[in-house]
Amino acid sequence: MAVTEQENYHQGQPHSSDMKLASPRQKRFSASFFITFFIMFGLWLVLSGRPDLFHISLGIISCFIVSFFSADLLLPSPQLKKMPGLWFRFIRYIPWLLYQVFIANIHVMYLVFHPRMMDVIDPRIMKFKSRLTSDMSLVTLANSITLTPGTITVYISIYGDVTFHVIDIESGKTLPWIMEARIAEVFDE
Amino acid sequence: MNIIVTIFLICGLIFFFGGAVGIIRFPDFYSRLHPAGKLDTMGLLMTMLAMALYSLHDFCVASVLTSLKIILIVVFVFITSPTATHAIVDAGVRAGLEPWTKE
Repeated sequence: MAVTEQENYHQGQPHSSDMKLASPRQKRFSASFFITFFIMFGLWLVLSGRPDLFHISLGIISCFIVSFFSADLLLPSPQLKKMPGLWFRFIRYIPWLLYQVFIANIHVMYLVFHPRMMDVIDPRIMKFKSRLTSDMSLVTLANSITLTPGTITVYISIYGDVTFHVIDIESGKTLPWIMEARIAEVFDE
Repeated sequence: MNIIVTIFLICGLIFFFGGAVGIIRFPDFYSRLHPAGKLDTMGLLMTMLAMALYSLHDFCVASVLTSLKIILIVVFVFITSPTATHAIVDAGVRAGLEPWTKE
């Protein structure tokens, strides 16, 4: 699934200037190759957990092969310049999201253990039009909405039409809009 | 240290319990997914954090690696769980299941 998304991402923005064809060799060993390599290798070290010569050399070989073939999937070169700022803002977004998830969890717990639960809940399907445009920000929005209890994304279109299911009016009243504003800030749109 | 770990574990278990009760009590397919998909994620976060803290009990390289692996489990569940929930909801919509609403 990730593959097709990233390909759409490429095709979706053909106008993004510096897509001029680099020669394959130049493209292979770009900055995105090295970043991918180091991410992969860090993950290898954590997951293998054996710092002897055999395992580390195996790791270097396999990380090299994987990042040689798929560096452009993880970090498409034209977007590379915006990446550090985007990551920084994204990392700042995560604690806020966790806090919201926690609050909403408490709310759903309250609903679950409420004695007259059937009177309190009011499930319905709501819609709104998002102004986010790029694929990654829409995916982040859909996943954030679903991750927050009380709201589940039912459908999201590439033009930004979001349909979601809410368990009671209170959970769906404000949160997706605040979330959309935060994500627009993160992805600089 | 042990006290913090125990508090985290108990909080996580309460979330899991709430999820299980919610699946039974809520009225229809869509609203049942709310506790099923999300309270479990929160319970997992709590219990896994407790375990990561507990494995740091005697501080050495091996225990740090174990904690990192446990945290990686949480990260991947946080990425995949919404996607799975969305897939189930989508299946329900495609099959033409009407959501339960209060008249």
